[in-house]
Amino acid sequence: MEAALAFVVGMLFAVAIYLLLSEHIIRMLLGLVLLGNGVNLLIFAAGRASAVAPPIIPVDADVPSAVTANPLPQALILTAIVISFSFFAFLLVLAYRVYQDLGTDDTDRMRLAEPEDDDLPPLGY
Amino acid sequence: MMGSDTRFLLILALPFLAAALAPILFRRLPAIAAAGLALFPAAAFAILLSALAPVAGGTAILAGFNWIPELGIHFSVRLDGLSLVFALLITGIGTLIVLYAGAYLGQHRDRGRFFAFILLFMGAMLGLVLADDLATLFVFWEMTSVTSFLLIGFDHEREAARRAAIQALAITGGGGLALLAGFLTIREVAGLGSMTQILASGEALRMTAAYPAILILVLCGAFTKSAQMPFHVWLPNAMEAPTPVSAYLHSATMVKAGVYLLLRLNPALGGTALWETILPAFGSVTLVGGALLALRASDLKMVLAYTTVASLGLLVMLIGAGSQEAVAAAVLYLIAHSLFKGGLFMVAGSIDHGAGTRDIERLGGLRAAMPLTFAAALLCALSMGGVTPLVGFLAKETIYHALVEGDAASALLLIAAVAGNALMFAAAFLVALAPFVGDRPGAIAHPHEGPPALWLAPLVLGGLGLAAGLFAPAFHAAFSVPMASSAAGRPVAIDIGIAPHINLPFALSLATIAIGIVLYLTASRLRRALVRGLEAIGWGPDRGFDQMMRGLLRGAFGITRILQNGRLDIYITVTFTVIALAVWLPMTLTGTLPAVPVMPHLRFYEWMVLALILIGIFAVVRAKNRLTAIVSLGIQGFAVALLFMLLGAPDLSFTQFMVETLSVVVLALVMTRLRLSPSDHRPWREMLPDVALAVAGGAGIGLFLLRLTQRPFDNALSDFFTAYSRTIAHGRNIVNVIIVDFRGVDTMGEIAVVMTTGLAILALIGIRVIRRDGAPAAVSPAAPAAGEARP
Repeated sequence: MEAALAFVVGMLFAVAIYLLLSEHIIRMLLGLVLLGNGVNLLIFAAGRASAVAPPIIPVDADVPSAVTANPLPQALILTAIVISFSFFAFLLVLAYRVYQDLGTDDTDRMRLAEPEDDDLPPLGY
Repeated sequence: MMGSDTRFLLILALPFLAAALAPILFRRLPAIAAAGLALFPAAAFAILLSALAPVAGGTAILAGFNWIPELGIHFSVRLDGLSLVFALLITGIGTLIVLYAGAYLGQHRDRGRFFAFILLFMGAMLGLVLADDLATLFVFWEMTSVTSFLLIGFDHEREAARRAAIQALAITGGGGLALLAGFLTIREVAGLGSMTQILASGEALRMTAAYPAILILVLCGAFTKSAQMPFHVWLPNAMEAPTPVSAYLHSATMVKAGVYLLLRLNPALGGTALWETILPAFGSVTLVGGALLALRASDLKMVLAYTTVASLGLLVMLIGAGSQEAVAAAVLYLIAHSLFKGGLFMVAGSIDHGAGTRDIERLGGLRAAMPLTFAAALLCALSMGGVTPLVGFLAKETIYHALVEGDAASALLLIAAVAGNALMFAAAFLVALAPFVGDRPGAIAHPHEGPPALWLAPLVLGGLGLAAGLFAPAFHAAFSVPMASSAAGRPVAIDIGIAPHINLPFALSLATIAIGIVLYLTASRLRRALVRGLEAIGWGPDRGFDQMMRGLLRGAFGITRILQNGRLDIYITVTFTVIALAVWLPMTLTGTLPAVPVMPHLRFYEWMVLALILIGIFAVVRAKNRLTAIVSLGIQGFAVALLFMLLGAPDLSFTQFMVETLSVVVLALVMTRLRLSPSDHRPWREMLPDVALAVAGGAGIGLFLLRLTQRPFDNALSDFFTAYSRTIAHGRNIVNVIIVDFRGVDTMGEIAVVMTTGLAILALIGIRVIRRDGAPAAVSPAAPAAGEARP
């Protein structure tokens, strides 16, 4: 299973990188979502994916009766999913406001912080 | 012989204590503040005096404690002949300077700040000369640079003062870094961490292969601090500082730090051909060049500043000359110089205070109005001119005596010494005589003596110069012999007295004075000629500094334009290129590429889910319209959720379902309003590099993961959580227990992040959109407003 997951993760990363390299904010956002999924699956696969029983302890026992899936990566990913969603939502709204303000979704034309025709700093003391 | 006494560690705290008190004292008790602050250096001076007898007997007093034991760094001081005389000069002249500055600054608004700075400097300088451990010394060395920066830039509302401060910091700070490198080399190569160890090491440093590197690094530090040409430019510019600063830092103390270091290291680094070539070469050029530039200047402080440069050149030249007598001459001249130059600077300040100008060509006839200042000025100038019975005479006789006995090379040095001394003789009297004699120009309306401290302080320094000459044997026994012996590394005898002997050095002395008098009489013609000559050359190191600074700024700007070019696609390309390299290089270089995996045995529905993910992501890339893109993104997201479900992660699956649903809904809402095309209309030529980088990055990560999963897995953490989830945390869902219990604080942080994001989104939606042209935008941003040009 890990080998198949590695292939899928590689694919997710490749497509995410390709989309992030675009100059259009919307495509970059799509890429970001894919990158989040890729990273989550990477963490999951790194914790191995052989056992398929959920890590839940039966009512009458102190430890699971059989071998369960690794709980640690699941806990990490659970946090990551939520964080990446809030990140995505924020960026989406930001992109929306930027588009309203600047009238473009082309990152090359968003030059407020680092203008193209920046002047030399003052040369005095 | 060595002794130990922690009192001498404590005197280091006195100036810093005074610096901390200064601002409060000036606010609460302005009338007596300066006098009160002067008590601190005076107390340090008195304590130091008590060490005179044991140190004259050859004892070196050591004290200190472990500072950073892990690095073998101590905070330690060493009081021997050399450091004692320096410390006495620093605290003694420092006391006078504090009194003088109190009168000089009058009711200046920032007096408190000024005194805090100058007392901080005093502490730093005292620490520098007392320090035994090299790290301690370096810390104080840099502290003098920083406090000097603060004092030169004291009047920070003028650009000239700011420039001078930056220049001094850049040059002396840069030299300080070289010095640090030198000290570290000494530590690494020879294992020597303190002056005491270095002085006891004999030939160790001279024998190492790193000797030339050590020497040059140390000399970079010493030459920048002690203003050797071409690093001298900061010193005349430092005259932007208030006059008490010039008198104290830039003549009597700080600029001698480099000379101190050379004297201190002379027994360990000196005596080699390299030492005896570099030092005299730099020193003699600085001596003659500085003295000539002194005669070019017409501002009293500038004249004095350039003679200081010349004097430092003379000192470096003497230390480099090598003989014991040359070291003795350097020591005598150093003491004499601190006394007369500090005094002359104070005189210049008093003249400025009393007559309102420091321009030689506009001064004259002040003798009647300022007789006490005149007396102080004459005492100092006679010492500077080397006239018996002042201490300057002893120094000059010894200098000539030391150089007369040498070979052809020292004949050159002798010529430089005579020329430099004659020029400095003229300069001395230009400052001390010319303003007082002749007719008083009408522009000077009401010349007057200042408050007592303004004439008393230079008078005391001039008087000390006279006393040192009159009581030469006692002076030698207490000060110059122990100091010269420390600097030479073996006992040195000095017996020069004020009675002239008829010999070659005395003849040279007379010649120096005769040439000096001629130069003095022709000073204004000489000045005009020098000004014309320098104007013809045009370029100098001072202008070079400006060019360097501008070049630095332009260079930094250019590099910033390349690195911070403002193009997001380039930033992202660089980021992912580095990531791809970071994944690929270690795997290929160390030959740890993963083994070819066997075809996994998966169930049919597992293959289907994986295929669904792949279909989803490719559909996202190829989507021609918004709806396809959103739906495809949803497909891959739900497929990932399904996969989690199949692999025993129901919690992840539920969360992923919810999040994907929300994402699709939000995305659909925003994208329909934006009317943006999700597809990419670019020619293949532009897309190919992106595709290549994406494939490289994706393949790298995939292989990296494959390699990772082919290695044995360490289950320790997971086993811990599984074992204790029920027994300790009383929960059956292990994933939930980890999140809310074992890693509860993490989860709280996560909730905080989500909440902050929510607030930020709320704020973003709430703010009124202002178009770049200032007009409020329509909510529907269909097109840019009419007439709005976009590049």
